[in-house]
Amino acid sequence: MDGSITFAPDDRYNAFLSTSTSAPHGTGKLSGVAVAVKDNISTRGIETTCASKILKGYIPPYDAHVVGLLKAAGATIAGKTNMDEFGMGTTTENSAFGPTLNPCDTTRVPGGSSGGSAAAVAAGIVRMALGSDTGGSIRCPAAFCGIVGLKPSYGRVSRYGLIAYSNSLEQIGPLGKTVTDVSTLMSVIAGYDRHDSTSQNKPYNHTPKADVKGLKIGIPQEYFGKGVDPDVAAVVKKAIGRLEELGATTVPCSIPSMEYALAAYYVTCTSEASSNLARFDGVRYGPAPDWKKSWHDAFRDVRGSSFGAEVRRRIMLGTFALSSGYYGKYYAKAQVARENVRADFNRIFRDVDVIAGPTMPTIAFKLKEKSDPLSMYLADILTVPANLAGIPSISVPCGKSQGMPVGLQIMGRMFEDERVVDVAYAYEQAVN
Amino acid sequence: MVTENDVQHIAELADVGISTEELGTFTHQFNAILEYFDILDRVEGSEQAERELYNVLREDVVEPSLPQEEVLRNAPYKEDGFIKAPRVM
Repeated sequence: MDGSITFAPDDRYNAFLSTSTSAPHGTGKLSGVAVAVKDNISTRGIETTCASKILKGYIPPYDAHVVGLLKAAGATIAGKTNMDEFGMGTTTENSAFGPTLNPCDTTRVPGGSSGGSAAAVAAGIVRMALGSDTGGSIRCPAAFCGIVGLKPSYGRVSRYGLIAYSNSLEQIGPLGKTVTDVSTLMSVIAGYDRHDSTSQNKPYNHTPKADVKGLKIGIPQEYFGKGVDPDVAAVVKKAIGRLEELGATTVPCSIPSMEYALAAYYVTCTSEASSNLARFDGVRYGPAPDWKKSWHDAFRDVRGSSFGAEVRRRIMLGTFALSSGYYGKYYAKAQVARENVRADFNRIFRDVDVIAGPTMPTIAFKLKEKSDPLSMYLADILTVPANLAGIPSISVPCGKSQGMPVGLQIMGRMFEDERVVDVAYAYEQAVN
Repeated sequence: MVTENDVQHIAELADVGISTEELGTFTHQFNAILEYFDILDRVEGSEQAERELYNVLREDVVEPSLPQEEVLRNAPYKEDGFIKAPRVM
């Protein structure tokens, strides 16, 4: 430890659930840099709630692997950021502690589920933040708030200490104002961790290079078709044109499995959630159940009153999808569909180096605009394929539509996180 | 189509406590979502991963653990160094 920074943010966007007023920092790559951490990542001695009433007051007795790495790099943990409860949402409105507002337009959502992390960076409160991305939860808020966000390849960043929602899909990743900041934070958090059995020994030691000469970019027709706002599509096409001017070539392609990718994603994540969230019963942490009642009634009461509507909906959907008689129709089919998504990407990546398209089909929604769950789920259509396949994907700001930021999404081959970073960097350097 | 009774049954299996006022809305939303999931009927083939999947196992080695006091800190009910859970019999 070689100092401390005082941190008293003006949190007018409700980006934080808690902040450290004065926090120590050490020496290293991030010495003295204030980093915000999404509230589903465990921080020893600092309340970690997943924006849920069921974890109100929970103080983790240990640090997530990535938090230990941040501290070792000298960073200051500036605070814990708001999110959709347990990461379940696309707007950060599903927080039990009120929505986060988009710093670009406070009548709009910041995106989700890592909306607090994105808003904190976009508002200039912190330079970088950690989020987690299960189906777009880093890239969506990065796009909506006009910043950069990377979902790493599955296995490159340890999930130890990330409070699990959907293990097979989620990854912790960096958000920042610039590609360089995102790359620097990635270099701190990536690498092998024996506490996560899906961890890969693939450290990230990379300095972004702005060279796309000869790069082949796949342009999937599904990313510019039905459901995608034409103005958003036009902004993204122009950005891809910029990459062509820099020496890249584009190749039209198709991802037929996109037809059922979203359904496969929601069946998989709700099924995993129904199992993961069974642990919240008030016995080891959380609000005290009334033990005068039978255990079944006591658990039902504490879970019913402490989980929000979306969390209960997803637990129930997953319980239903896994129940006998329906497993074959939902879960088993979703896993076949997931393999088909992987196969489509493998086929396309034989001919192209990266795939580009919009991060989100629209600009940031107005607050309360997505009140119907299914219409909110549909907004994830362009981000979930990367999670199903496990591949790296970055969102970089590429212009505006109706005055709101638009994100260019670049997806790469498995473990080629460095390449998607380089393409985003080339674009960013060309336009700035 | 799932009925309000089905949703009530699932809520009981999952211990998530749906109130009577919420039941109608939940059932309506459930049906809209399940109808969308029907698109999976078009997926051909059976569950068979192309990739080679393997389990990652390790030896069960005793290591220093967190102090008992810290581990119990978040539990609402405890007694003699144990977490107190409800009677299940």
